[in-house]
Amino acid sequence: MLALVSPALLVILALIVLPVGWLVWQSIYHDGFTLENYRRIVTEDIYWRSFALTFEISLLVTVLALLLGYPVAYLANAVPRGWSVLILALVVLPFWTSVLVRAYAWLALLQRTGVINQFLRYLDVIGEPLALVHNTFGTVVATVHILLPFMVLPLYATMQKIPGDLMQAGASLGAGPTHAFLRIFLPLSLPGVLAGCTMVFVLCLGFYITPELLGGGRTVMVSMLVSRNVELYNQFGAASAVAVVLLLSVLAIFFVVSRFISLDRVLGQK
Amino acid sequence: MKTISGLKYGYLLLGASIVAMGLAGAASAAEQITFVSQGGAYQQAQTVAILDPSAKKLGITINQDSIPDAWPAIKTQVGSGKPIWDVVDTPTGYCLRGGEQGLMEKLDFSKIPNAAAMPEAYRSPYSVSYEFYSSVLAFSQKTFPKDAPNSWADFWDVKKFPGRRALRNHPIATLEAALMADGVAPDKLYPLDVDRAFKKLEEIKPNITVWWTSGAQSAQLLNDGEVDMEMAWNGRVSAVAKEGAKVAFTYNQGILQSTSLCILKGAPNMDTAVKFLNEAVDPVHQANLPLHIDYGPGNPKAFETNVIKAERAAQLPSEPANAAKQALMSYAWWSSPQGEAAEKRWAAFMQK
Repeated sequence: MLALVSPALLVILALIVLPVGWLVWQSIYHDGFTLENYRRIVTEDIYWRSFALTFEISLLVTVLALLLGYPVAYLANAVPRGWSVLILALVVLPFWTSVLVRAYAWLALLQRTGVINQFLRYLDVIGEPLALVHNTFGTVVATVHILLPFMVLPLYATMQKIPGDLMQAGASLGAGPTHAFLRIFLPLSLPGVLAGCTMVFVLCLGFYITPELLGGGRTVMVSMLVSRNVELYNQFGAASAVAVVLLLSVLAIFFVVSRFISLDRVLGQK
Repeated sequence: MKTISGLKYGYLLLGASIVAMGLAGAASAAEQITFVSQGGAYQQAQTVAILDPSAKKLGITINQDSIPDAWPAIKTQVGSGKPIWDVVDTPTGYCLRGGEQGLMEKLDFSKIPNAAAMPEAYRSPYSVSYEFYSSVLAFSQKTFPKDAPNSWADFWDVKKFPGRRALRNHPIATLEAALMADGVAPDKLYPLDVDRAFKKLEEIKPNITVWWTSGAQSAQLLNDGEVDMEMAWNGRVSAVAKEGAKVAFTYNQGILQSTSLCILKGAPNMDTAVKFLNEAVDPVHQANLPLHIDYGPGNPKAFETNVIKAERAAQLPSEPANAAKQALMSYAWWSSPQGEAAEKRWAAFMQK
C-alpha cells in the first residue's frame, strides 16, 4: 500500500510541502531571524484594509454565487436526466476558458464603450454610460461568474442524494410545495450549501487576475499585495509573510468548516 | 537494407556532431559575453541595430538571454558568487540599486570612451543609458479634435478638459507629473517634494477612472475609448495610433525614462563585457535602434550621425528638442531612501 502511494507522496512533498516550507522560512529569515515582515502586516493599516476588503468581496461573491447557483442546481436536479446533463454542461463550459480571457470578455461587456452600455444607450435608457467596471462591482460580477461552477456542482451532488420520496411523503402529510421545500429539501441540502460556499469563499480569497484587470487599481486584494510586496521590498520575505497569513486564514476556515461537515464533502464528493 | 541505411545515418549523425563540436570549440575560443534584455520586439530590434553589428565589429560572440524582470535573477546570480550573465539591459533604477547593493561592477569610463563622451546625467558610476522612452500625456482625438490637453496642469483641470482619465498605478513618473501640474518646472523636480505630490494627487484621484498596471492595459484603455486622456509610454500610444485609433500624445512635460547597461559584479567575461559596453553605445549603432522600434537612442550623439532622418527624429523621446520639453527622470533620487519611502507610501495612497 505504501509502495503504491509513495509516488504521489513524493510529488506532494516536492510540489507542496517543500515550497510552502520555503515560503514560511523566507518570511521569518532574512540575515537572521526576524518578525519584521509580520510586524508590518499587523501595524500598517494598508494590510488590514486589504485583508478586510478581500474577506468582504469573498463573502459577497459567495452569497451571490449561492443565490444564483442554488436555483440552477435545483433545476438540474429536478428535470429529467437529459436536461440535467445539458444544464451541467452549460455550467461547466466556462471552465474550459482561461480566467484571463474571461476577464477581458467581461471588460468588453462592461466598459464604457462596451456591449451593455452601448445597448442601454441605444434604447435611451441611460444618457451617460454606467460605471460598470474598473471598480469593485466589475470585479465581483466577473468573480461570481468564474466561481459559479464551484457552487453549483457540490450543490447538485448533494441534492442528487436527497430521496425524492421524502418530498412526496411530506406532501402526503399535507405539506404544500413551499412548506415541503423549506422543511425537508432545504435542510437536507445544507451540507452542499456549506461545501459550495467554502469552496467559493476560499478560492475567492486568492483571486488575482480578475481584480487586477477589472478593479481599476482601487480594489487591492491580498494576492495583489503579495505581488506588490515583491516589487516594493526587493525581497521575497515581505511577500511570503502576506501569503503565509492568507494560507493560515484558509486553513482556519477549513478547520471551522470541518467541525460541521466532513472535509471530504467540501473537497471531493463521497 | 534498412539497418544498413540506419547505420549510415548514424555515422552521418556522428560525423555531423563532431563537426558541430569543433565549431563550438572554435566559437568558445573567441571572446564571448552573455547579454540580457527584456525580450520581444524590443530585443529583436536591438539584435539587428546594435548587437549583431557590435559582435561583428569586435569579433566576439554575443549570447543572448531575455527576462522581463531581471532584478530577482541578478540578486540570485551575484548572491551565488558565480554569475552567468555579463551585461544586463534593465531599467536604470535597478542598475543604481544594484550598484549600491554591491551587485554591479563600478565602471572605468577611461575604457568606455563612447560613454565618457555622453552628458553626465546619462550615466552613473555603474551604468550607461542604453535607450529612452517617455511617460507622456496621451489623449483621444475624438474627444479633443482641437485644443487638446497639453500639460499636466491641463490633465488636472477637469473643468476645462472634462473626460475620463487614467494614470499608472505606480509612483514613478506619476509623482513627477503631479508636481509639474502643481507648477514645478520640469528641470526643478528633484529632490521630489513627496508631500506636495501626494497632496496634488489626492486632488485628481476622484477623477481617475483607471489606475493601470501594465502597458498593454494602458493601450487598451486608449484604443477602446475607455478613457479620454492618460499617462502612457510613448511607444504604446504610437502603436495604438498606427493601428488606426484616433489618439495622440505630447512630449511636453513628458517624463524621460531610460534603461541602462550595467555589468554584473564578478561577471565571467569582464574585459569583453567592458569592450561591448563601449561598442553598444556607439553613436551609429545607437542611431540604428529607432529605425526598428519607437525608442530613442541612449546616446544623444546618435542624432548627429545623419542615420536618423529629421522626420523620424522628431518622433523620438530623446531627440534634443523633444528632450528639452521633458523632465529627465532621476533614478538616483528614486533609489535613495526618500525615493524608496515614496514608493512604499503609494500603496497607502491607493487604498485610502
